[in-house]
Amino acid sequence: MAGAQAGRAALLVLADGRFPAGGHAHSGGAEQAVRAGRIRDAHDLAEYCRGRLHTAGLTAAALAAAAAGGLDPLELDAAADARTPSPALRATARRLGRQLMRAARATWPGPELTALATALPRGAHQPVVLGLTARSAALTPEDAAYCALYEAVSGPATATVRLLGLDPFEATAVLARLAPELDEAAARATARAARAAHEGTDVLPAAAGPLLDIAAEAHAAWPVRLFAS
Amino acid sequence: MSVRATARIVATRAGLPVLAGEGPLAVRRTRAEGPGSRVTVIGAMSAPLGGDRLAVEVAVREGARLTVDSAAATVALPGRRDGAEGPAHYDIRLTVADDARLNWLPQQLISAYRSELRMRTRVELAATARLVLREEQVLGRHGEPPGTLLSRLTVHRAGRPLLDQESAYGPGAPGGWDGGAVLGGYRAAGQLLCVAPGFDERPVEARMLGSTAVLTPLAGPGFLVTAVAPDALRLRRVLDGVLDRVLNGVPDGVRDERGNDVPDEALDAYR
Repeated sequence: MAGAQAGRAALLVLADGRFPAGGHAHSGGAEQAVRAGRIRDAHDLAEYCRGRLHTAGLTAAALAAAAAGGLDPLELDAAADARTPSPALRATARRLGRQLMRAARATWPGPELTALATALPRGAHQPVVLGLTARSAALTPEDAAYCALYEAVSGPATATVRLLGLDPFEATAVLARLAPELDEAAARATARAARAAHEGTDVLPAAAGPLLDIAAEAHAAWPVRLFAS
Repeated sequence: MSVRATARIVATRAGLPVLAGEGPLAVRRTRAEGPGSRVTVIGAMSAPLGGDRLAVEVAVREGARLTVDSAAATVALPGRRDGAEGPAHYDIRLTVADDARLNWLPQQLISAYRSELRMRTRVELAATARLVLREEQVLGRHGEPPGTLLSRLTVHRAGRPLLDQESAYGPGAPGGWDGGAVLGGYRAAGQLLCVAPGFDERPVEARMLGSTAVLTPLAGPGFLVTAVAPDALRLRRVLDGVLDRVLNGVPDGVRDERGNDVPDEALDAYR
């Protein structure tokens, strides 16, 4: 990584839910899960978030950490495609990647971001852009993994407050109770990303939740939605 | 004593130059329904116990056709010393050369109470290889809680990653596996993967197959059916609908949730 490592303030800016990268419009599958009756209360939300953390969250976190560590973003983008069998989720990941790229180039411009934006003008997978953004902000691979994991659970929690009228204190308590597991997942994602630098992208996790993929396609077919995904 | 055994199958245009079982893995040539060879893994494919290391290696050489199925479900069972021997490992390596095709259609994998199995499937496809692969996981025998089942399927085509999917279910899996993001209380999960060069020009369209299964085009030339169901029978019904269409051209193979036919000629690209 070029130059000195950034401090916590840069991480707060990147991880802030108000960072203008479009994430607020997405529920992380919670809108479909609420409609299907799979999230009805804070307990269901906790299990949903826990499952998402250890599947899509871990997979995204390792991709982000690998990009932050300097692995080839185009190779990581192909690895992300292979880990995303749902075309609705691939489209969402690229749309969010494109939006994050715009924000990242305004906040922490750098040649690697420009190169990726040029190579994939329609957007790279969001975790890859997230990792490269962290790198451009002089943050660590572990920082990038934390951002990806926190996004994986905070999106559904925030959305459920709106969708179910869940008490926001309860929703935030769900996130707080997941913190120790999030720490573990961040360490795992970072360790795998470090291995991938020597052994290739196949050693990155590919954890998946079947209902996330099934629900994403069902949700994409709704005529009117509150959330984009 | 734990068991280590590897079965090897090589198919060429001329036949099966290598067909070798070992220990509990017996392989038999059986009568093929269409062109090419068929091999059935006999009942021995059942019961990897804790500590066992089983492997199946299949190579389909240029222009050859091979179907591999199994006579019975595979049941992962706890070890003789109740966990002290560690998890069982089951490794599957499939290689399919140019203009060759492999139908990999084993019976279900059943994760019995207190068992622990790590399943690893690696597939290497040449650019013009064709593949149909079915994978079904059932958590617990009838009425019993599940064991721990970790499974990963990695498919490369022409040296590039095409599909990589990892699942972890049961008491030894990370938390949330039975929540609304992963299994949501369902006890059977399955995938049907189909790869053929023709899907490049005519990708299939994504569609729901009922409310807990979906058919999706991959980023490369192929599609995947992802399904969960309350039990093995209902899971098989969903996957068979697509399989019949893909392999045999059964016209009404794919149905929507109301039972209406949903013809998609793009599915015929496999044949």
